[in-house]
Amino acid sequence: MKTVVCIKRVPDTEARIRILEDRNAIDTAGLKFIVSPYDEFAVEAALRLKESRGEGEVTVVTVGDPAAGEQLRSALAMGADRAVLVKGESSVDGLATARALAAELKDMGADLILFGMKAVDDDQQQVGPMVAELLGLPCVTVVTKFEVADGRVVCHREVEGGYEVVEAPLPAVLTITKGEYEPRYASLKGIMAAKKKPLEEKDAASVESRIGVQAMSYPSERPAGRIVGEGPDAVPELVRLLREEAKVL
Amino acid sequence: MNPYLNDEHESLRRSVREFAEAEIAPVAAALDEESRFPWENVKKMAELGYFGVNVPKQYGGLGLDYLSYLLVIEELARVDASHAITVSAHSTLGTSPILNFGSDAQRDRYLPLLARGQVLAGFGLTEPGAGSDASATRTVAVETGSGFRITGSKIFITHAGVGEVFVITAVTDRDRGKYGISSFIVTKETVDREIADRLGIGHAPELEPFTPGVRAGKKEDKMGWRASDTRELLLDNAEVPAENMLGERGQGFINFMKTLDAGRIGIGALALGIAQGAFDQALRFTGSRRQFDRPIRDFQGVQFTLADMATEIEAARHLVYHAAWLKERGLPYTRAAAMAKLYASELAMRVTTRAVQLHGAYGYTNEYPVERMMRDAKICEIGEGTSEVQRMVIARNIFREADGAVA
Repeated sequence: MKTVVCIKRVPDTEARIRILEDRNAIDTAGLKFIVSPYDEFAVEAALRLKESRGEGEVTVVTVGDPAAGEQLRSALAMGADRAVLVKGESSVDGLATARALAAELKDMGADLILFGMKAVDDDQQQVGPMVAELLGLPCVTVVTKFEVADGRVVCHREVEGGYEVVEAPLPAVLTITKGEYEPRYASLKGIMAAKKKPLEEKDAASVESRIGVQAMSYPSERPAGRIVGEGPDAVPELVRLLREEAKVL
Repeated sequence: MNPYLNDEHESLRRSVREFAEAEIAPVAAALDEESRFPWENVKKMAELGYFGVNVPKQYGGLGLDYLSYLLVIEELARVDASHAITVSAHSTLGTSPILNFGSDAQRDRYLPLLARGQVLAGFGLTEPGAGSDASATRTVAVETGSGFRITGSKIFITHAGVGEVFVITAVTDRDRGKYGISSFIVTKETVDREIADRLGIGHAPELEPFTPGVRAGKKEDKMGWRASDTRELLLDNAEVPAENMLGERGQGFINFMKTLDAGRIGIGALALGIAQGAFDQALRFTGSRRQFDRPIRDFQGVQFTLADMATEIEAARHLVYHAAWLKERGLPYTRAAAMAKLYASELAMRVTTRAVQLHGAYGYTNEYPVERMMRDAKICEIGEGTSEVQRMVIARNIFREADGAVA
């Protein structure tokens, strides 16, 4: 059973983001980067699948600049077996990224290709389904849990107000969301072992990016909180404000 | 970048920081308030390998260098000093004497249990009348036919309650002064047997039968490090077989001094972590707290304080890492270790006090972690050799060097 997990290097969700003067990119100087949290769920899912079957191989892949090797090492430290860094620009054009990935994935012979449901930087949710399309594979999105048996994958999906269970033949592409797969911490042993695992660097297939960022701006500042009073006496006023001003009641 | 750290060190630091922020930060305040030992997190830390960082692989440790171990301590302390001292006391005080002075049989018996954190270890040196002057040890070991009968009380012993393996000192030859002190390995059952059985950590049936006559005394109600376990360790005619003597007879005191040399770098790293944690809190708070229509860190008075804190933390970091660097290369490091501990622990007190000040009245409440950090910092100036003792050690080494000997 070969599982490939596609991950993305994204700014730490706790980092304070600064926009560069020319307004079409964020300032990455000194910025801390992490594996996109949804991708970590996908890595965890792949590792658990391998552990429950007692066999298999987990490969992590990313498209990006060489610095993304750091995120691949994190996934290796969690327990992935090998990593591939497809050197290219991590573009805002989801199709360009998907093409670069698909070119790499088409000969890897994966039974299962996992993505995070979305990357937490641009939130586009495009690349997973696009890769499935390019490879002609079935794609199940927003998966909270899945099982593999007899050449098929049974997926639990979160839908509005409930869950649905769908199945698809392998190979398939799944995009994973937070559900069963709380990611493990890398053990110190895992971190040391990660240094010795293979991390292959390849040049990306040349793909044109047709979308560019025109401008970026900060969200408007949130107004300061307000204390309307204390104890039961303040309740009517609070209810009034929640209803009339905040309009949440 | 830093001349002492390689990529592996950096990723190790990152992973410990991630763990500490996710698993320790949310519970640190409650553990402190209830003075509760963090068994759940101890189990997690054991699984991640934190209790055997620099124990060789053949004994189930990770076999990493001393600096790797210090980074674990520093990053744990950055979030909660109690977790850090739990790993530190177990590793440098409890485990390392067995590793450094134990026979092959002793190493094979105890180290695998200790390196994977299955049971916690402690170190019994301090007595009611023997603190800084450890040579005033009163605990006595009387020879029996098959070993020793040991009686005495050890105080302020980290893990005396929760732990099961202890290295202690006792007088074997009263007339030989500090060369009449020997060390021994004793065992007792953890006081938290129920929790240990439930979580599957903290107790090892293979240690039974435990040393008869060894038990934990009352738990101390401390100012700081409240989630760490500190108690008396009482030895009442404890029957210790001869094979439990650790190292040579009469070398107990000397060996413990060596253990404390290394331990001091560990406390230096712990103090450094507290200082860094308090600084990070202050940096965040002063960026969000607004007075006079601006974040308070826009005021020069606040900036100067933050700049001084950052500079002194950097200086402490170099002292601590340098001491470890010397130790790793087998070079003399007694003076460097004392300097690192002295400077870092006094710094931790200074930085946490300033961090509280920068938080204003908020900092004086337990709504913010700096209040706990300030209490946690104080003991760093006392434990494993007071600041005064560090100054004595440093002065002694300076004089020795001035007289032409190697420091």
